[in-house]
Amino acid sequence: MRACPTEALRVIEGKAHLHANRCIDCGECYRVCPTGAIIVEQDDFQNIFNYKRRVALIPSVLLGQYPDNVTPGMVIQALKNIGFTDVFEVEDSVEYLIPQINEYIAKNQNKKPIISSFCPAIVRLVQVKFPWLVGNILLIRPPLDLTASYIRGMLTSNGVSNNDVGIFYITPCAAKIAAIKSPVGEEFSELNGVINMDLIYNRTLHEIKKKNVNKIPNSFLSDLSARSITWALTNGEAVNIDGRCMAIDGIHNVIEFLEKIENDEVNGVDFLELRACDESCAGGILAAANRFITAELLRNHAKQFLKPDQSSNNQNKLQKYEQLLMGKINLNRVEPRSMVKLDEDMAKAMKKMERVKRLMCYLPGVDCGVCGAPSCLALAEDIVQGEGAISHCVFLQKIMEQNKLDPEHSFRIMKKIWGTNRFYKDCDKPIQNK
Amino acid sequence: MNFEFKVQGGDFVRAGNASSQVKKILKQLNVDSAIIKRVVVALYEGEVNIAAHAFNGIINVEIDTERILIKLDDNGPGIPDIDLAMQPGYSTASPIVREMGFGAGMGLPNIKNNSDDFKISSVVGKGTHLEITVNLKSTKEEV
Ligand SMILES: Nc1ncnc2c1ncn2[C@@H]1O[C@H](COP(=O)(O)OP(=O)(O)OP(=O)(O)O)[C@@H](O)[C@H]1O
Ligand SMILES: [Mg+2]
Repeated sequence: MRACPTEALRVIEGKAHLHANRCIDCGECYRVCPTGAIIVEQDDFQNIFNYKRRVALIPSVLLGQYPDNVTPGMVIQALKNIGFTDVFEVEDSVEYLIPQINEYIAKNQNKKPIISSFCPAIVRLVQVKFPWLVGNILLIRPPLDLTASYIRGMLTSNGVSNNDVGIFYITPCAAKIAAIKSPVGEEFSELNGVINMDLIYNRTLHEIKKKNVNKIPNSFLSDLSARSITWALTNGEAVNIDGRCMAIDGIHNVIEFLEKIENDEVNGVDFLELRACDESCAGGILAAANRFITAELLRNHAKQFLKPDQSSNNQNKLQKYEQLLMGKINLNRVEPRSMVKLDEDMAKAMKKMERVKRLMCYLPGVDCGVCGAPSCLALAEDIVQGEGAISHCVFLQKIMEQNKLDPEHSFRIMKKIWGTNRFYKDCDKPIQNK
Repeated sequence: MNFEFKVQGGDFVRAGNASSQVKKILKQLNVDSAIIKRVVVALYEGEVNIAAHAFNGIINVEIDTERILIKLDDNGPGIPDIDLAMQPGYSTASPIVREMGFGAGMGLPNIKNNSDDFKISSVVGKGTHLEITVNLKSTKEEV
């Protein structure tokens, strides 16, 4: 509950509830949840078989998950064994994107710093917590979307019926799933579904362990350029964009930095690469391997090339389909989704703020979370918004007991927040070991 | 409604605390972002002036649905020639302060430009008093 950077989580009847309009799908709650109660929704794997051409769209970080003796070629083979007909890499569009991004920045000097649209959790974070900065978001679709458009365009122009093409993204994080189910700044998504990376990891590794996959010597199969391979890692974007660029990873670091940007305390930055996860996508919540190892592995893959834009094959596959991608590169305006205001009407907002202030005089300020809200202030705001009650606070219950609230009643309240089970002896309850 | 903040002379790390608190408050009150920006800039400059030039000070922020009134009171050396201090580019900042990136002599002019009404008075050897008003319905352009 307290892991949530936007205070979107509440505990009611023993279960975690999300304020949908505050949640930015960063997955921080998933990372810390002791009971595994928070799940990342995904499409049923069997759905891929509704299509003749079953495309696995894999992020480069997937290839950085496996033990040393498993080569990328074997992973691709395993993906085909489990049912996919084609495998493409998300970063295929990176070489095509880089000049576009540079051009955009040059044209939008008045909107500096430009904030990358790469990480969907960051786009949502800006919407809910930094509504003034939505105008700074790069209005160019991220590689995932652009590559999906390219694949669909390429297959259909080669005579495959559009209905036969099923593109499935193998995601390392929750934010990408939400971005596809309810895309920001886009009317539709070119993807047909999303499958979690942990599931794919398990299935492909199983396939490899069963020896259904031939040993393929250690060649990095993809024809991605060096900088495309590392694009999803921290500093992947920043080092390749012109001007003064900064790369910041980890949602709390990003929030701290955006506060400074909003206060005009940081000047002269052209481009900000912001990623919700520590070590960017290598640290995605659905990743199997240690994020530092994954990052190292990908950097080593990239090192086989001398130049950042060099690749083993044609570097800019998308050029051929330029015509097709025209009109698909831009995102629509991103709208703010401010969560901070107490009320639209300022007079009402002031009344509510007065009440919050008064409540804070009584609440203990220890942020224990027993009330089901992440902090005393969050409870006070919930109460004022009609979504919480003073009696949810154990400290205030004690005071109220002296007047009218009987102990039985306060017991019932706690049961209502945390569920009945919390009051039974249970030696197997999940405990977080830190 | 009223909010009070204290500023300690010499503490540049925490100068800016009042303006970021006020920013949060005004956001919660759904105040227009252009107006919030003006308030925050003016208040920040005032805060830094207390930290840079005075010993300590108290900031009082009064908010109603018409306007935001900020009063800054400090104990400090005061300003002998206010007209001169108000000149863009005039500064008595010490080299140390300049090294920290302050002391361009733009603070007071900036405060004036961002407010709809601005009052300043000072008693040498005692302190300085600033009153900054920003109207919520004001149409003044950002500077
Ligand atoms: N609160 C104060 N107490 C005493 N002197 C002050 C105070 N505020 C301003 N002054 C005097 O007025 C001068 C001009 O102030 P102003 O804020 O415009 O510039 P500055 O603080 O020197 O530099 P800047 O604000 O651009 O970093 C200061 O150099 C200082 O001598
Ligand atoms: Mg100043």
